[in-house]
Amino acid sequence: MRLLTHNMLSCNIKGVTNGFPLRIEAEKVVEKQLEINHDFLRNIFPKIDWKAFSDASRIMGYHELPEEPPEPSVLESDAEFLGKFHHALLELHLEEGALICPETGRKFPVSKGIPNMLLLEDEV
Amino acid sequence: MKLKQLESLLGDLQQFSNPKVELEQYPTGPHIASRLLYTAENSFDDISNKVVADFGCGCGTLGAAAALLGAEQVIGIDIDSQSLEIASMNAEDLELDIDFVQCDIGNLGWRGQIVDTVVMNPPFGTRKKGVDMDFLFVALKVASRAVYSLHKTSTRDYIKRAALRDLNASSAEVLCELRFDVPQLYKFHKKKEVDIAVDLWRFVPKRSRGKKD
Repeated sequence: MRLLTHNMLSCNIKGVTNGFPLRIEAEKVVEKQLEINHDFLRNIFPKIDWKAFSDASRIMGYHELPEEPPEPSVLESDAEFLGKFHHALLELHLEEGALICPETGRKFPVSKGIPNMLLLEDEV
Repeated sequence: MKLKQLESLLGDLQQFSNPKVELEQYPTGPHIASRLLYTAENSFDDISNKVVADFGCGCGTLGAAAALLGAEQVIGIDIDSQSLEIASMNAEDLELDIDFVQCDIGNLGWRGQIVDTVVMNPPFGTRKKGVDMDFLFVALKVASRAVYSLHKTSTRDYIKRAALRDLNASSAEVLCELRFDVPQLYKFHKKKEVDIAVDLWRFVPKRSRGKKD
């Protein structure tokens, strides 16, 4: 699971009002290279919840992203930043670990890169 | 990529080994899958460089087709772990990098509209009534650009009315009618192969999230 996917997933247990962001427990992180696409990064940037994303990147062992959301202008001028943004968003994969609901502490296991978000009967 | 080439690549994918009737697991054939994605890309520019989600992805045919046509990120979501395992293998065989999530579409927790386009071949709702509309409801909440979906032609008027009135669609258009061959997968199928008429739909979600509708 990439951090782009993590930035969208939230916990949907009945009664939970804010199931985003899911806290990551990383047991195994893998890197897979992907060609950088500047236009895509510029389009996706305003849709990303920066705090959730940069916190998640640090848990995944990547410490190069600023904690505060950068000005959108860096996307035009700063190739180094684009490279870091690209790497954290699309090249880091959570292979083994878990996602944890911020409200209830419910653990959703991640195995072979696939998070299991299935809810139990009493959680629906 | 040419349509024929896409269809032939999809024809090599592994399909359900033990289809589950309660989930209405029918493989999406390479003919239909290639046409759906090819139209989405070439007529509407909804695939390349986009984030595409495949709802109820099964063995991942539609998602693989999206990735082959240049989607930047594809996310396949299915309730069934065995299907996801096959889908992962299929993606690996084609050297495609697809994210998979195991989840019941009806309970999907999702933030914002990062996904541009949802493609899906939902259960037709013959075993569990209304499940096709549940899929469409969630798809129209998640997608920012478009939703492509297959539904039985016999339900055309109902789908149109429900999508526009209840499901947050600003437009609902049948792009073409296709024949869906359902091979004899289950014991209750009497004929060897059944041809079902299905519509390929394109729905556009209402843009504004904050605006009252």
